[in-house]
Amino acid sequence: MAKPRKRTVPVLGGALEMTVNVAGKGKPLLFLHSAGGLYWDDFLDELSEHYKVYAPHFPGTAPGRPNDIDKLDSLWDTVIAYEDLLDALKIRKCRLMGHSFGGLLAAELAAQRPKAIEKLVLIAPIGLWREDAPYSVWNWCSPGPEEIMDVLFYDKTHPDVVRRMTPPDNPRKADQWTIDFIWTLGCTGKVIWPIPDKGLKKRIHRISAPSLVVWGENDKLIPPAYAEEFARAIADAEVFMIPQCGHEPPLEQRGRLAERVGTFLAA
Amino acid sequence: MKIACFHLMPYRDLPADFEQKHKSAWFSLPFSAVGDANKAAQYYNWTLDELTFAAENGFDGVCTNEHHQNSYGFMVNPNMMGSVLARATRGTDCAIVQMGETAVFLNPPIRVAEEYAMLDCISEGRLVAGFPVGLGGDFSYSYGMAPLEQRARYYEAHDLIKKAWTAKEGFAWNSKYYQLPMVNIWPQPVQQPHPPIWVPGNASPSTWDFVIKNDYSYCFLTYFGAKGAKHMVNGFWDRCEEMGRDRNPYRMGFLVPVGVSETDAQAEAEYGPAAEFFYHKGLHLPEQLLAPPGHMTHSSLTHLITKRPFPPFDELKRLRYKDMNERDFVVCGSASTVRDRLLEIVKTLNVGHLMILPQFGSLSHEQTMTNIERIGKDILPHLRGVWDGSGWQDHWWPQACRNQARAAA
Repeated sequence: MAKPRKRTVPVLGGALEMTVNVAGKGKPLLFLHSAGGLYWDDFLDELSEHYKVYAPHFPGTAPGRPNDIDKLDSLWDTVIAYEDLLDALKIRKCRLMGHSFGGLLAAELAAQRPKAIEKLVLIAPIGLWREDAPYSVWNWCSPGPEEIMDVLFYDKTHPDVVRRMTPPDNPRKADQWTIDFIWTLGCTGKVIWPIPDKGLKKRIHRISAPSLVVWGENDKLIPPAYAEEFARAIADAEVFMIPQCGHEPPLEQRGRLAERVGTFLAA
Repeated sequence: MKIACFHLMPYRDLPADFEQKHKSAWFSLPFSAVGDANKAAQYYNWTLDELTFAAENGFDGVCTNEHHQNSYGFMVNPNMMGSVLARATRGTDCAIVQMGETAVFLNPPIRVAEEYAMLDCISEGRLVAGFPVGLGGDFSYSYGMAPLEQRARYYEAHDLIKKAWTAKEGFAWNSKYYQLPMVNIWPQPVQQPHPPIWVPGNASPSTWDFVIKNDYSYCFLTYFGAKGAKHMVNGFWDRCEEMGRDRNPYRMGFLVPVGVSETDAQAEAEYGPAAEFFYHKGLHLPEQLLAPPGHMTHSSLTHLITKRPFPPFDELKRLRYKDMNERDFVVCGSASTVRDRLLEIVKTLNVGHLMILPQFGSLSHEQTMTNIERIGKDILPHLRGVWDGSGWQDHWWPQACRNQARAAA
C-alpha cells in the first residue's frame, strides 16, 4: 500500500491550515471522506495508481489538530475553506469524489465552482431531504459501537469491514482510535446538525460536471431513494446501485465500485 | 448548612419488563408506549404537593430542574413549577432554587433573564438562579443544536443574561450565536445586583473553572454516590485553591437520594424497590446518548476515554439496593443511620448546600410524604448546624431567606 505524504496548506486567509494526504501520479483527484473520518484504504490506494489523489482531513480531524474545528462555524465557512483548498493546492481542474458527509461537501463544492470539476462521484451522499425518507444525525450519532455495525454494513463480517472497524490491540492506541471516531463525528456534525438539509437543493442545479451517484442497495443509514433524487437534480448524472452493499461501498464492494468508478473517471 | 428538597418528577409506574422491551428511557421512548397523561397530571400535582410539604417541614429551599423527552424526569419547564412554589411558600423564608431553566435551550436566552427576574419578584427575592450547561442529549437531540456549540452558547448566554439583569439602560447585543437590537428586560430582579447563581454539573473541569472564576456556587450532581465522588470533589477544591478561592463549604452543593424508616431493615423494604426502579429503569439509557459526539471538548473526551472516571451505565443494572446503599448512591436507613451517613458525606466533601431527593423512582406519594416528614423531624435539625462556628458565610443564599433560623416542624 502506498504511504500518502501529508501536506498542510493555508485556507480562509491563513486563519486555518488543512492537512491533505497526497499519493500517486497523474491528473488530480480530490477525495472527501465521510463522518467516519479519513481512512486510507485499498480503494484510495488503487485510485492512486491512476491519479494523483488528494485526500484532505476535515478540519479538526487531522492527527494532533482537534481544535481546528473552531475555525468553522457553518457549512458556508466549510465550502469556502474547501474552495480555498483547491487554490492552495494549485488545482485548476480536478475529478472530485465524496462519500456520505464528504459527498455533501463534494456536491456543494461542485456547485460553488462548477468549472473546476471535470467529473463528480458521489457515494451515498447526504444533503437532500425527502419527507418519505427521513434521516438525521440521530442515525449515525445515537447507535452504540455494536449497533452501528448493523446500520452501516450489509455484511459486517466482510474482512475489510472487520479490519476497518476493529480497534487496535494496544490499549493506548485503542483509546485513541475511540477518541478519533467520536471526535470526527463531533467535528463533521458541527456544520450539518441536526439534519443535513442545508440548502443544497437551491444550489445543486449549478453542478455541470458529468456525475456518477453510487449507492449500496442495502444502505440502512441513508436511504437509497436519494440516489434518484441526486440524479434528478444534477443535469448530467447517472446512478450506480450496488447489490449486497450497505453504506460503505469502498469496504464492502471495492471490486465493483473500483471498476465502475474507474471507467467513469477515465471516459 | 442549607438543605434543599430536590425533585426529578419521574414517571413512577413502569412495567416490570420495561428495560427489556425498550431501548432507552430517554430521548426516543414514545410517551404513547408507556405514558398516560392522566397519571402525568397526578405526578405534577404530587410533585408540587411534596415540595410544598418539604417547605412546611423545615427544608431551607425547594429545588426544581429541567429534563426533556424521558420517563426519568420530565419537568420540562422548571419555572412553571417554581412559580407555583414561590406562591405556595409566600411569606416564608424558603428559597426557590431553580436548578434550573437552561438558557442555551432557549432562543433568545434572555427569556431566562426575564423569567428568573419575574420569579424573583413573585418570590419577593427568594430565588436561587441555577445556570445548568444542560445535558448534551437534551441540547442536541431534543433541541437540535450541534454538540460542539453548547459550551460557547452557554458562555454567551450567561454573559447576556447577567448584562440584561444589571444594565441601567437598553443595549444592543452582538455575539456569535445571539444578536439582539434592543435588550431591555422588564422586570429586573429584586435581588441586587442579581440573584445568587449556582451551577449544577457532573465534574467537568471546564465547568469548575467557569464557576470558580465567577465566584458562583457549584452543585455536584452524580449518580454514583458520595464515595465515588470524593476524588472528583477534591479536584474541585484543589482547583479553588489554584485559582485563589477559599474552601468555603457553601461553594459546593451535593445531591443525595434519601429514605428514612424506623429501622435499617424496614428501609430496605420501603425504599429498595424504588431505588432499583430509579437506577434500572430511570437510568435505562445507552450512555452515548447523554453526551453526543462533540458535547465534550477534545481534552474532556480524552480524559473520559483514557481515565474512565465513571463506571459504565450497564453496570448499574447489576446492582441491587444493598450495593446502592453501601456505595452511598442512596442513603437509606433508620434516622440515626441516615444522620450519621449524611454528616460523614458533608464533612468529607466539604458541602454547605445539601440537596435531598426524598422521592426517587417508583416511590409513591404517600411514601414520599412520610419520608419528607421524617427527614424534617429527625434529620434536618441534626444537620443544619454542621458548619456553625466555622466562620464561613453563605454568600450564595438569598438575603431574604437568611433572616430567621428555620424551625423544624
